[in-house]
Amino acid sequence: MIDTLRLTAEEALGMLERREATARELWDAYRAAIAERDEELHCFLTLVDEPEGVSVPIALKDVIGTKGIETTAGSKILKGYVPVYDSTVASRCKQAGLPTLGKTNTDEFAMGSSTENSAFGPSRNPWDPARVPGGSGGGSAAAVAGGLAPWALGSDTGGSIKQPAALCGIVGLRPTYGTVSRYGIVAFASSLDQVGPTTKTVRDCALLYRVIAGRDPCDSTTADVPEVELPEREDLTGVRVGVPREMMNAEGIEPGVREAVERTIELCRELGAEVGECELPLSVDYGLACYYLIAPAEASSNLSRYDGVRYGLRESNGGYHEMVKRTRDAGFGDEPKRRIMLGTYALSAGYYEAYYGQAQKVRTVILREHIAAFEQFDVLVSATSPTVAFELGAKTQDPLAMYASDLLTIPSCMAGLPGLNIPCGLSDGLPVGLQLIGPQFAENTLFRVGHALEKAIGFDYVPERLRG
Amino acid sequence: MAISREQVLHVASLAHLDLTDAEVEKFAEQLSAILAAVSKVSELELADVPPTSHPLELVNVSRRDEARPSLPLEAVFANAPEREDDHFRVPPAEEVRET
Repeated sequence: MIDTLRLTAEEALGMLERREATARELWDAYRAAIAERDEELHCFLTLVDEPEGVSVPIALKDVIGTKGIETTAGSKILKGYVPVYDSTVASRCKQAGLPTLGKTNTDEFAMGSSTENSAFGPSRNPWDPARVPGGSGGGSAAAVAGGLAPWALGSDTGGSIKQPAALCGIVGLRPTYGTVSRYGIVAFASSLDQVGPTTKTVRDCALLYRVIAGRDPCDSTTADVPEVELPEREDLTGVRVGVPREMMNAEGIEPGVREAVERTIELCRELGAEVGECELPLSVDYGLACYYLIAPAEASSNLSRYDGVRYGLRESNGGYHEMVKRTRDAGFGDEPKRRIMLGTYALSAGYYEAYYGQAQKVRTVILREHIAAFEQFDVLVSATSPTVAFELGAKTQDPLAMYASDLLTIPSCMAGLPGLNIPCGLSDGLPVGLQLIGPQFAENTLFRVGHALEKAIGFDYVPERLRG
Repeated sequence: MAISREQVLHVASLAHLDLTDAEVEKFAEQLSAILAAVSKVSELELADVPPTSHPLELVNVSRRDEARPSLPLEAVFANAPEREDDHFRVPPAEEVRET
């Protein structure tokens, strides 16, 4: 009897190796779990019929291009679109023998913090189905937390891997920009997008990162990656942990979240780390504004390809220009429209310097502040999300309130830095996530620190209401 | 930082979005609020700061100029809304009026 709620990918690999289970039995166990719980949780947009591969199954966020499997990016404009080639990450998963279980739900074009912007309905948090799983990668996070997939891939532009992981009580890594190929990923903001693992444990995260990371000739923004070390140490001796004051004091952090994070910082000391306060004077204060200028600007360019000509939705009506406009109006939801218009405005003649140009300079400031902090510290810690999972509908009427969910994840994204979320406690029965930020290419440090804390905290990642 | 109806229509036109009247009004309000929030970046004095367009400073990443197999035509047209021989068929372009 395979307990998909509890089983880690590493344990599953061990079972296969020791022939305690066959690949088919493993696949069937997850499919049974999906049949039982996905109607409620709505993690999956597409399920694959027959497994292709004899290793541990995996779920892929629906912005990841998969040859022969529908890829919608959570949008009506791509409903029915079936890629004719594999993204590099899908291809690497295939080479590792990981069969794709299916494609998971996402906010449309990865724009959102709750999956409520998905054109196909929201996903629900396995800890409390009246609440959101976070976004944009809520489908992947809920699938892993809900025992519907042993591990998954998501994508992160402003926090779309880390924040859902925090809200669902699991591990999520946003890797250093350039370590994982974006070839075949539905593009949102090209200088920010990164694909990364969503898993139950830090070791699983490192294992999956090792499968997907590395330079790709098809993506000229990728670089060589240091060899991945699977974490084993359970102490933090010699690690310098920095606590950015502006992150701890940021607006909107719930008291329960703050408490859980502070307890974990104390735990770092107990494990032998040198803990100290540091400053990111402008990064937190101006990070959201910077992101919500740069990301929409890049999105306005990336989403211009959806015009009804070569693939996707086409609303045939009138002449060519009419067709393009009608297609885009019918195919895009409100959030992509808002961001396309915001981005277009920020880039338009007369406004470029004041908005986009200025935001690029703010980005330099954010980068420099983080580099300065890393001269003193090996890793920075903060809450990942200011709040625990909120109720469906709570923030959908106010775009700015929704954007504020990313307040703490955004600054390090702007700087291209890796960030790991690990669950660090509960507040009102809901998971609280701790964010660990490292310098570029410091994934091994994040794995080490995350693993040691994970062991010491002993968080039970099986949602309480689903425990036997 | 209010965005006028005209500005929304102008931006929508640049972005090839065909908005309904109700949408124009809704977005004018929401975009005004968002712009007010993001305009914050102009508070900072950054004349001497260079812009960052990419967090990783890679320069001149290139490959050898050698032809490699690309997508076969069947694949190229696999998702085509309308195909005619080896072309994507689209309605003829009408005269575009400036909005």
